[in-house]
Amino acid sequence: MSDKKTATPVELLTFELSDQEYSLDIMCVREIRGWTRATPLPHAPSYMKGVINLRGTVLPVMDLAERLGLPVRDKTERNVIIVVKHDDIMTGLLVDAVSDIIALTEEDLQPPPDSTSGQGPSVIKSLTLIDDRMIRVLDLSHIVNTLRSDAA
Amino acid sequence: MTLEVLAVDDSRTMRDMIRLALEPAGFTVHTADDGVHGTEVLSGITPDVIITDINMPRMDGFGFIDAVRDQSSHRATPILVLTTEAAPELKMRARNAGATGWIVKPFDPAKLVKALQMVAG
Amino acid sequence: MTSPDPMAEIRASFFIECEELLEAMQDELQVMDDGADDTETINIVFRAVHSIKGGAGAFGLEPLVRFAHRYETVLDQVRSGHLTVEPDLLKLFFRAADHLSDLVRACRDELDMPDAEGQAILTELNKHVTEDETEADEEIDFQPLGLALDFDLPDLPDLDATPDNSSPQSGFRITFAPEPEMFETGNDAVPILRALCDMGDCKVTCHTEKIPTLVELAPETPYLWWTIDLHTQAHKDEVTSVFEFVEGLCSLTISSLNDGMTTGETLPSLLELETPAPDSELLPITEEPLAPPIVERKVSTPPPTAAKSVVRVDLDRIERLVNLVGELVINQAMLAQSLESSGLSPHSDAMNGLEEFQRLTRDIQDSVMMIRAQPVKSLFQRMSRIVREASAAVGKDVRLITEGETTEVDKTVIERLADPLTHMIRNAVDHGLENTQDRAAAGKPAEGQVRLTAAHRSGRVIIEVSDDGGGIDRPSVMQIAIDKGLIPADSALSESEIDNLLFLPGFSTAGTVSDLSGRGVGMDVVRTSIQSLGGRISISSNRGEGTTFSISLPLTLAVLDGMVVKVADETLVLPLNVVAETLTLSAENLDEIQPGFNVVRVRGGFVPLFDLGLQLGYRERRDSYVDSAALLITQEDGTRAALIVDEIQDQRQVVIKGLDDGFYRAPGIAAATILGDGQIALILDPSDIIAQASTDIMPAPALQKQEA
Repeated sequence: MSDKKTATPVELLTFELSDQEYSLDIMCVREIRGWTRATPLPHAPSYMKGVINLRGTVLPVMDLAERLGLPVRDKTERNVIIVVKHDDIMTGLLVDAVSDIIALTEEDLQPPPDSTSGQGPSVIKSLTLIDDRMIRVLDLSHIVNTLRSDAA
Repeated sequence: MTLEVLAVDDSRTMRDMIRLALEPAGFTVHTADDGVHGTEVLSGITPDVIITDINMPRMDGFGFIDAVRDQSSHRATPILVLTTEAAPELKMRARNAGATGWIVKPFDPAKLVKALQMVAG
Repeated sequence: MTSPDPMAEIRASFFIECEELLEAMQDELQVMDDGADDTETINIVFRAVHSIKGGAGAFGLEPLVRFAHRYETVLDQVRSGHLTVEPDLLKLFFRAADHLSDLVRACRDELDMPDAEGQAILTELNKHVTEDETEADEEIDFQPLGLALDFDLPDLPDLDATPDNSSPQSGFRITFAPEPEMFETGNDAVPILRALCDMGDCKVTCHTEKIPTLVELAPETPYLWWTIDLHTQAHKDEVTSVFEFVEGLCSLTISSLNDGMTTGETLPSLLELETPAPDSELLPITEEPLAPPIVERKVSTPPPTAAKSVVRVDLDRIERLVNLVGELVINQAMLAQSLESSGLSPHSDAMNGLEEFQRLTRDIQDSVMMIRAQPVKSLFQRMSRIVREASAAVGKDVRLITEGETTEVDKTVIERLADPLTHMIRNAVDHGLENTQDRAAAGKPAEGQVRLTAAHRSGRVIIEVSDDGGGIDRPSVMQIAIDKGLIPADSALSESEIDNLLFLPGFSTAGTVSDLSGRGVGMDVVRTSIQSLGGRISISSNRGEGTTFSISLPLTLAVLDGMVVKVADETLVLPLNVVAETLTLSAENLDEIQPGFNVVRVRGGFVPLFDLGLQLGYRERRDSYVDSAALLITQEDGTRAALIVDEIQDQRQVVIKGLDDGFYRAPGIAAATILGDGQIALILDPSDIIAQASTDIMPAPALQKQEA
């Protein structure tokens, strides 16, 4: 996908997770909201923080850092939930803080080197450099879908 | 020329189709679900032309035509019968019952409009 | 929500109408099957097929038209008394009805047509159609709507116009003299003349010489006649078609103006050859009329169920309304909470107003739920087809008896019941009922019975599938479960526990796996789907007398009467209808059977006791449960268990918020709801939790006898 040299514009929402910079395609982001206490789901994997009330619908929230195996920090007022929609399913991703929206083209994205995909399919779809900082572009399908197969 | 039409058919689809064919052509369309309903609706309107199906519950098309022709005010109102078969026997039956003409289902909207203008002037 | 394409809308509406017609058809065929023999019954079936054919023709649904036409032809023979309905023919009618509904669905969903079955039925139907009708059938041309838009063509410059045999640039001399009958049928000469004038250059001569003196004038006799010279590019057929409706009601000649020069049409036109004299034409039709005179029916017909006026609404809109009402209920709960905590007098205007508000909210909620409620009839009709097919497949004679078809259930529940019910019905026919020899040996009638009933009972819908077969062979069920390693060989199970083994995954009772129900889908799948609807399923069976499966469902998926409790600071909701009573644990009624397994004594019986907080993983086991509160849960199968909670808050109606299938499915959690403070509370599935807890404590069988 990213090796296709087209000038397709892409907009990414960048955010912080354990001092690293990650990003998601803005097209799958529905909204961003502050952290509220989630109602825990029994026997759920620990990254599943539970469910919150998103204007009358029940939204499952996962701690993205924990999901990606990054060090987990205490939750503060600064934490935000990025509400994403993938395959018609809404999920909340708890992140440390939202940074920016950046516009670039497909050309600016590089596939991650093979070594990064050590364990199974990589959740990192591609990488890009902004002002010398490396930003990881996440592949939502691998984050949300794995969650689903866990439940099965 | 705005013509007022009463369409009697027990099939909602047919009623919808008739409406769809006639309203864009400037007709005012009233509908009824069967013969009995048709006579009820007729008591409140004076259509320029009536379209009726034959196979209907409660009162079928022949009965309905009889009922219409029995009313002196509708003795000369043109009545077109909707029929699925073009069989001459059916046409004759319709005519004997007092129908003015017939339309073979499935009808072509333009033909229906033409036929109505033909009989209703 | 206006669809841009009205035809698409009508098409959609046509298929909805088809479903209604098919339903009516099934009803009437059933009436015939039950032995009724009145003409209106067959008329309804006929009209249903006829209407389907009519609509199908309009949409160019060729295969549907063809099949419906043949079916209709045979039905018409019955209608006209040329054919009597024998049991075999009725069976064929049922099959044809089933196939017709398959065709309708195939057309609707644009799927492949089930041709083979259709051909087989057509062949059968043809046996009941007389020869000439079969032939005539092939000629019927159902042209799809909208193809023949050639009306205005004569006005357009005809670019392709090549001189052909019918002399395009020509004219006609028409003589036209109406007979009295022409006016009796509502026809008139003026529009005809006008239509002719529209076709080209027209010279109309009116002949008045027949008009008598006023004294002799008969009021309704036409005296005028016309000669029309029409110069037109139109073909003769088009000119003839103007007179289509008055053919035979007037004397008419149409001849070419180019007098013998080119085509030289002679006077006796096609038209006149077809239709001789008006009078003679009226007579020959008496021979076998296609439709029998049914005009008399208008008096004798029983008053039909008055056509209810119906509005069709997009389901999305209702969904939205249901959600909004849900919000309203939550909002009202929040308002009630804050008003109560403000310390207002219960007799204050505000509190009185709140009470009224609560009543209104409840009424709105009920009414909104009613919108989605539908009678289970359509579902039951589908099942009668399943019975027909299943019984034919296994060669058993089976009658389906249905009761409570008008019972209303939420539409979504009905849709999701189809699969589990289908499976249960197949099971009943295949495994529940004995074969004919065994029935005879047991002194039962050869015809087996499967009964399908629906009823409302204490705020729930109870659907039962029962058969009058041999009942569950419990020793054999035990043996199978032991052989499959589902239970230990030395298990001592009660009858109901043995019956419940059928619901274990991987259990199949069929000694011989038939191709009917032995498809790897077991009763465990049925139970899972029922549970996902918030329902329960239970079995009762008497050896030699039959088996009954009973499904209990909530009326709607949207609201629940709940018991709100606190466990480890989390608010949880249990369905009120499973809570038999609340208990306070004390040293007197609490006993430990083995480490970690407590029972509570309730009126002399021992009831297993589980700590909800522990089961949900919310907290550790407590040292002592003395003084704790517990809820006594009665399950569908009658077994009891008690769940320890930290605090019982209140009983309240809650709006069920489904958990997406897509995300993590927590065991023991049925759904969620939003509380007055905006927080989400989980709705528990107590049976699931109890089953889970029992397994945790006694690893081997979930079904060990636990109750004294």
